[in-house]
Amino acid sequence: MKLLTGNDLPTGDVTWWTGTGWSRHVEDAVDVGDQGEAIAHAEEGARRVNGPYVIDATATPEGPRPAHIKDRIRALGPTVRPDLTLKPADPNAGSWVI
Amino acid sequence: MYKYDEYDHSIVASRVEEFRDQVQRRLAGQITEDQFKPLRLMNGLYLQLHAYMLRVAVPYGTLDSRQMHMLAHIARKYDRGYGHFTTRQNLQYNWIKLEDAPDILADLATVEMHAIQTSGNCIRNISSDQFAGAAADELTDPRPWAELLRQWSSFHPEFSYLPRKFKIAVIAAEEDRAAMRLHDIGLRIVERDGRLGAEVYVGGGMGRTPMIAPLIKDFVPFDDFVSYLEACLRVYNRYGRRDNMYKARIKILIHELGAEQYAAEVEEEFRAVKALGIDPPQAEFDRIAAHFAPPAYDARAADELDRSDPDFAVWLDQNVSAHKQPGYAVVTISLKPIGGIPGDASADQIDLMADLAERFSFDELRVTHAQNIVLPHVRKADLHTIWQQLRDAGLAEANLDLISDIIACPGLDYCSLANARSIPLAQKIATRFSDIGRQRELGELKLKISGCINACGHHHAGHIGILGVDRKGVENYQLLLGGSGAEDVSLGTITGPGFSEDGIVDAIERATDVYLRERDEGERFLDTYRRLGMAPFKEAIYG
Repeated sequence: MKLLTGNDLPTGDVTWWTGTGWSRHVEDAVDVGDQGEAIAHAEEGARRVNGPYVIDATATPEGPRPAHIKDRIRALGPTVRPDLTLKPADPNAGSWVI
Repeated sequence: MYKYDEYDHSIVASRVEEFRDQVQRRLAGQITEDQFKPLRLMNGLYLQLHAYMLRVAVPYGTLDSRQMHMLAHIARKYDRGYGHFTTRQNLQYNWIKLEDAPDILADLATVEMHAIQTSGNCIRNISSDQFAGAAADELTDPRPWAELLRQWSSFHPEFSYLPRKFKIAVIAAEEDRAAMRLHDIGLRIVERDGRLGAEVYVGGGMGRTPMIAPLIKDFVPFDDFVSYLEACLRVYNRYGRRDNMYKARIKILIHELGAEQYAAEVEEEFRAVKALGIDPPQAEFDRIAAHFAPPAYDARAADELDRSDPDFAVWLDQNVSAHKQPGYAVVTISLKPIGGIPGDASADQIDLMADLAERFSFDELRVTHAQNIVLPHVRKADLHTIWQQLRDAGLAEANLDLISDIIACPGLDYCSLANARSIPLAQKIATRFSDIGRQRELGELKLKISGCINACGHHHAGHIGILGVDRKGVENYQLLLGGSGAEDVSLGTITGPGFSEDGIVDAIERATDVYLRERDEGERFLDTYRRLGMAPFKEAIYG
């Protein structure tokens, strides 16, 4: 599957395209198929996202898992500061990245 | 310390308001990201993996307690309660919001700080010896020279769009604590016939094509100093490879032209520049130098120390260095706790270091290129009190220049350019070698980790260097041996095939075992490697 990701313009937060808008959580991301570039162009033009790009991902029961470690780190947060990730209370969050 | 004059205040304040307007226009959609990106980079604002990152300039690594407190304040108010000290003697915040950036720059301006020229293809923050003004082995304080260059290079209209970024270091001691010859221009202040001037090395650097800067001119007197550097930059600006960013650094130009030809071009350009009369008069240099006058030392300060506390004694031996003034010492505060993140400090720790500087170090601190903090002028009688306060704050790791005093770039945990994580590796290595007795048995051993070929972690200059690479989506680590950024400068050599994260920790342990087995009396790891060569290390590492 293909996901569309980028950063929120005013805050810089990592965001994921949900089909109708943007979410901080990769679990909310949807497969954009071959529409990623078109959505990115429109959303960037409307300043709802900064620097959008399409990535490969795998569908899992827990939700989409980005194919590359860089995007998994983007999705969760720094592996060396679990307290600053999106799931600070989840002891298994780190293994999802690695 | 240098204090802003009316011009400094004016240009920094103007830049804050200019950037505030640029941010507002970007948020309002009046300019695109392509238009905005070079503007934000000129103000040190990157877009990184998780958020915007702001790099704050700390000129030649020197700051006072008021500035240090401001760094803590910004960490609390606008970031997530910490900052990261970098190998360019700067500080980075990892979680900045674009909408807050103008207010942060305005706060910085109130304490004579900014983020100008911490990015972009311009002359970056001038770096220097973290022991400047205090070192027992220095000829003179190099910081007035560095400050002169800061003023010359700030907003220099001709050098704002160079072929690539440009880094300058200035030292004035035999011992090189600033990796001087691994800079685009490295300057060592020397004396000849009673006059001060500079040895000029040009074309060093790390990155994907590491090179040691050759000597271009053995003595440039103060009277010609700025003109000569202007000529160095002009020749680069004219001939540097703008067609290929990977070949655009001055080291490539000098490699292709040859050092002799480059020096000849600079001499010719120098004659033209000299006629422009841009060299400052001695009185201007003296005005700047007065800001760096030695503090009012206590002439009765005692040299005696009570070493009865064994932990304190280890810290004294490891993290306290000789000062030029009797009764005083230089303290290096390690930001490398075992298992911690190299270079990171919490807002509370930053505040504590500021308080200690104010009470015990004539209000001065330094950031080191090895990502530690220095209190440069401490009475020996105050060392125990300082150590106790540092210990209570988790800042008394006695590991300066030992294997756990690791330089590590932010790596893939924070950086959008990285291929692999650096910090977890640093944590694993430090934990493996955590026993202080074992570390001291290994002696001076500089270990440096970069998460990509850009070499922000100085891996080429590590006695042991590690480079993270991406091998089909999996982190892999190359091992290098034999590098040095000091006066015995050299570039490390790759040992062979790369390793997994755990595998490289084992490989390092095998390399240090070879050293312990084969070393001669008084040899450091680097000395033994240079005497024996790669073969015995490679055999042990790959078995």
